[in-house]
Amino acid sequence: MTTLLLALAITTAQVLLGLAMACAAWRLARGPRAQDRVLGLDALYVNAMLLLLSFGIQTGRTLYFEAALVIALLGFASTVALAKFLMRGEVIE
Amino acid sequence: MIQAPDLPAWAAIIVAFLVLLGAAVTLIGSVGLLRLGSFYQRAHAPTLGTTAGVACILVASALCFSVLQARPVLHEILIALFVTATTPVTLMLLARAALYRDREEQAAAEAAGTRKEGDADLPA
Amino acid sequence: MSRRLPNPWLIAALVLLWLLLNESLSPGHLLLGTLVALIAAKGLAALRPLPLRIRLSRAIPRLAIAVFADIVRSNLAVARIILFPATRPRASGFVNLPIDMRSRYGLAMLAIIITATPGTLWMRHDPARRTVLIHVLDLIDEEALIALIKTRYERLLMDIFE
Repeated sequence: MTTLLLALAITTAQVLLGLAMACAAWRLARGPRAQDRVLGLDALYVNAMLLLLSFGIQTGRTLYFEAALVIALLGFASTVALAKFLMRGEVIE
Repeated sequence: MIQAPDLPAWAAIIVAFLVLLGAAVTLIGSVGLLRLGSFYQRAHAPTLGTTAGVACILVASALCFSVLQARPVLHEILIALFVTATTPVTLMLLARAALYRDREEQAAAEAAGTRKEGDADLPA
Repeated sequence: MSRRLPNPWLIAALVLLWLLLNESLSPGHLLLGTLVALIAAKGLAALRPLPLRIRLSRAIPRLAIAVFADIVRSNLAVARIILFPATRPRASGFVNLPIDMRSRYGLAMLAIIITATPGTLWMRHDPARRTVLIHVLDLIDEEALIALIKTRYERLLMDIFE
């Protein structure tokens, strides 16, 4: 009974996180300016990381945790690089 | 695909509540990304997901795996630390880039004599 | 410079990180983690980080509690602003916060705290004028906000880092 409840809760949470990713993707696609797009990308990877963690809870496998860690690392590096690019027009000065 | 790990009832209820709460808060933050008016206002919205959303889901994950493997699983702390340390860096860089670009644009508009009213709220 | 003792805080943190990542307390991982931490600390010493002094006092748990409470409270406040446009602030804007703290580590902590709290965003520290530019989503009372940050966070951070 509680397992079914947990399964429903996790699936609902995954739908909510998917919607959150859609919102972020909309901001990424529509702009209106470059900084809005980078902000959307930033939110998108955080939401994707949370979605992976919820898959981890659902399946009981720790593999998803490592994928989430990698997404967090790469997402941070890419957002910083993009923000630097917006400020100066080049990433490494 | 509806499935869930086999947790005892108390853990299942706590995990279900935390996962739902975290996902809902994250969704509210991302909705704010759509609904707020200006870039600087929108920059506040994702912090909901990176604080409360991440915290709830990480605690749920740590609890779930600790009960499943019958030992404390704490490596979720790593993601929490990492997200906490990196979010300010990205947001600060992004906000400064936006400020820089807005100033450039304002200066260009001033030079062309097409400066609009209401552009004057940039800090010196 | 290469003879200097690497920062013990950094080494302890790196060993802890290694053990968490491998989820193990076995002597082998302890040894390997210490080795990796020593090499990494040696490498980081080449960047000549400023010496870090942390005063272990009651200020640390007090700061943690204050930050936790404020993050929960401002999460609720920002969620309300997003969900109910009628309560949307008409005045969001920039605030110049005068700052007395000089410790770079303290300033970094303050930047993390201010940005992690939804509704406030740290933008730039001006060391010459000793101000910090902050963007606030719901700017009701500028003076009250400055007083809040100074009494609630800055004093505790100065207790810890200076």
